[in-house]
Amino acid sequence: MASSLLNFLILFPLAVALALVLTRKESLFPVIIYPASAVLIGASLFLAGLHAGGKPLFIAAHYDWVESAMLAAEAAVSAYLLFLSVRQRDWFVSALVVVQAVLLFGFHFGCGHGAHAEANLFIDLFSVVMGLIVGVVGTLIAVFSVGYMRDLHHHAPAELTGLGSSPQPGSAGLAAVPDNRPVFFGIIFLFLSAMFGVCFSNNLFWLFFFWEITTVCSFLMIRYKGDEISVKNAFWALRWNLLGGLAFLLGLIYLYQTHHTIELDKLLALPKALVMLPIALISFAGLTKSAQLPFSSWLVGAMVAPTPVSALLHSSTMVKAGVYIVLRFATSLEGTMLGMIVAIIGLITFLIGSFICISQQDAKKVLAYSTIANLGLIILCAGIGSYEAVWAGILLIVFHAVSKGLLFLCVGSIEHKLGSRSIEEMSGLIVRLPRLAFMLEIGIAGMFLAPFGMLISKWAVLRAIVDSNPLFAIFLIYGSAATLFFWVKWLGKIINVEKHYKNIEGGISKDQWLPMWALTGLTLMICALFAPFAAVFIEPYIVALYGHSMSLGAGNMAVMTIMLSMMAFFPLAFLDRARGVSVAPPYLAGANVGPEGQQFRNSLGGVTEMHMKNFYMEDIFSEARLMRLGVMMTVIFLIALIAVGGLL
Amino acid sequence: MNWITGLAFVLFAPIIGGLIAGFDRKISARLQGRMGPPILQPFYDVGKLFEKETMVVRKSQRLYMEFFFVLMVFTGAIFFSGGDLLLVIFAFTMAGVFFALGGYKASSPYSFIGAQREVIQMMSYEPAIMLAAVGMYMVTGSFQVSSIVAYKHPLILQLPGLFLAFFFILPIKFRKSPFDLAASHHAHQELVKGITTEFSGRTLALMEIAHWYEYVFVLGIGYLFFASNVWLGLLMVLVIFELLLIVDNATARVRWQAMLGSAWIVALAAGGLNIIYLMLVKG
Repeated sequence: MASSLLNFLILFPLAVALALVLTRKESLFPVIIYPASAVLIGASLFLAGLHAGGKPLFIAAHYDWVESAMLAAEAAVSAYLLFLSVRQRDWFVSALVVVQAVLLFGFHFGCGHGAHAEANLFIDLFSVVMGLIVGVVGTLIAVFSVGYMRDLHHHAPAELTGLGSSPQPGSAGLAAVPDNRPVFFGIIFLFLSAMFGVCFSNNLFWLFFFWEITTVCSFLMIRYKGDEISVKNAFWALRWNLLGGLAFLLGLIYLYQTHHTIELDKLLALPKALVMLPIALISFAGLTKSAQLPFSSWLVGAMVAPTPVSALLHSSTMVKAGVYIVLRFATSLEGTMLGMIVAIIGLITFLIGSFICISQQDAKKVLAYSTIANLGLIILCAGIGSYEAVWAGILLIVFHAVSKGLLFLCVGSIEHKLGSRSIEEMSGLIVRLPRLAFMLEIGIAGMFLAPFGMLISKWAVLRAIVDSNPLFAIFLIYGSAATLFFWVKWLGKIINVEKHYKNIEGGISKDQWLPMWALTGLTLMICALFAPFAAVFIEPYIVALYGHSMSLGAGNMAVMTIMLSMMAFFPLAFLDRARGVSVAPPYLAGANVGPEGQQFRNSLGGVTEMHMKNFYMEDIFSEARLMRLGVMMTVIFLIALIAVGGLL
Repeated sequence: MNWITGLAFVLFAPIIGGLIAGFDRKISARLQGRMGPPILQPFYDVGKLFEKETMVVRKSQRLYMEFFFVLMVFTGAIFFSGGDLLLVIFAFTMAGVFFALGGYKASSPYSFIGAQREVIQMMSYEPAIMLAAVGMYMVTGSFQVSSIVAYKHPLILQLPGLFLAFFFILPIKFRKSPFDLAASHHAHQELVKGITTEFSGRTLALMEIAHWYEYVFVLGIGYLFFASNVWLGLLMVLVIFELLLIVDNATARVRWQAMLGSAWIVALAAGGLNIIYLMLVKG
């Protein structure tokens, strides 16, 4: 049962992708995508229900044609990437593609001929959780993209193409984006298939294959708009992901040469001192994929892609594949030098990413850097590798996928409505786009406020590090102080009403609303129900690994529940409670003028508008300087990581 | 968890906090060579506010402050019930977030700038408080306030650096010089009344009472450093408070850059060294 369900989860999206690529009529996209998404959500929920609380299940899945098909696909992808990179004259990428292809095929037809896995696929609770994220959050984002891409190609005002540049209707705008939606949706479903593959592969060569497919999907999606900057950033992302892929492959080949296994469970069962090098190499791949410093810049550049892509690949799922694989190694990393270095890289990324967020005005860039920072937090958990840390790490993956997915979708819709995604333009959003603003508030609260999810996990992370290395706690605390600042000032901007605004919320399609409401509901729900969720899906996994698990304690749960029920009263803000209260214009140190008194008579007798602008502290938290610093520090530790992996 | 002490906090903290505010004004006046108002003056002020008309710019701005009040009471209640110190700090942060959001919501330039500064203040003091919690955990082996209080020796002996960092950020929480940036009585020319500019009547009264709760809670954290002996603890709380007033009267308001920089550096240097020391001692 479970094995056919796994095959279905991997193959069904592939079939949908094929169907979508061949579709030529716009009206057919929803007809294919909605039912397919419903089926995928149903199937992943069903798999979760089937496997809830269960033991790991290994599935042989021996099909001769699969190996051949994978090799053929790898060959085709390599040839295609080689062609593109030569045309782009990106010799670094060309070299990586060639080296990787030579190694892979050399291995398959040479020394590794006959390398064979007993079980190609497996299910355990961690992969079920990942599968749920891909199946539920991923497909919701796919549904959203139907409406979003329709807007992008038909109605919406010009979208920013270059990050940080001002909107220029016409020149860099929509007319320039060629409509290639069949391929766009096709890649989305191809990607979903590959992600299921990543989550459920026990054969590391399969895992590697799916891993590379996600890299290619990411590359194709970043260059979707086809303009110069998109193509440049796509190659930049490809470069680092391929470098990670190469490390992954080297790790695999080394593992097979020394221990004659290519299976994940066997690798984890070997004495950890013997397999430090392959673990270091695969963790390196995980660090590149999850955009840890010094590779973070590819993820920031990837924000040129259409917003659903950022939500799906670069925040909720693909980058999670990177942290997933490192978290898998948590037991091997615990207490080792290697684990220490991985943890330090995650910690530096968290700190630098959170600091940079303070100075960013572009909402998508704030989300990008905060994603990088949160992935750093998960990597930190993996590097520490204690049972508390892994518990917190898995919860962080779940909470972050849901809240960040929601935030990206909101920002995408807001951008189409306002024609800008600058946070400074979001003043009075609560009046102009009340429902979107409400969802944005939930998403932001989910990222940092008690008693929402991320904070529960941060609390657990803090407890985990204090026990293992209190020095790390110091940096974590500074990072989370910065987090507080940039989220609150964004929230403040949304609710602050600077002018007399009108509601302009009409015209957002149902296929955008539905996924956003669903994710809003999910953010609230996992926050209310995370304790049973953790008890069923996370704690048995931790117990199986460590023999005991983490619990928050009944008293603390009570406190959390009380706080959450207090928050339930907050929508009262939308009720008009005017009894016994008189409304006055704001104090402006001059006579108020205008319909709501939001202008004032200045000392020369003229009329002045009031303006309110947030602090960005660019001189202190400068992006360029902090990035440089972070890259410098992490490069040193990365060299150490490889060296330590080699020595041990 | 001991709900009785938590309940006692909810009932008596406003009285104690109000008295603290009264003594504050009296002692400050004496330090400046004035008579000063009666000790009960803060209560008269709040009582009067309750009778004033409530004027707002945005109707929902009051709700944020009501949440601030509720969360502040809640924070102190978990703290004095002996709950988890980290959770207490998170609830405290949440209360602060609502306070700042109220300022944003009021949609006036003065409350906006006050709210901005309030958040900068929160970012400034948070490391010191969190590190203090971490240090207490390292010594006592628990984040539960009840266990920290039950520890046999005064924590100050092992946490002098963290205490220094904590004392350094106290003026922020008491809204006192040199860090009274967000809502100072004395910064009228630049701020009018900062974050509280657009608040009046019952809402302002509620905010004032919330601040009284906050005083008692923050002094409660100070008490933890001396908690091995009740009398020593109470005495030291008085000493801390007195020192705070002297600092208030002896310094001038600084720019936010100086506040953020110094608070972070003191927390990192004094607190960080203290934590390294604890790591070494524990081996």
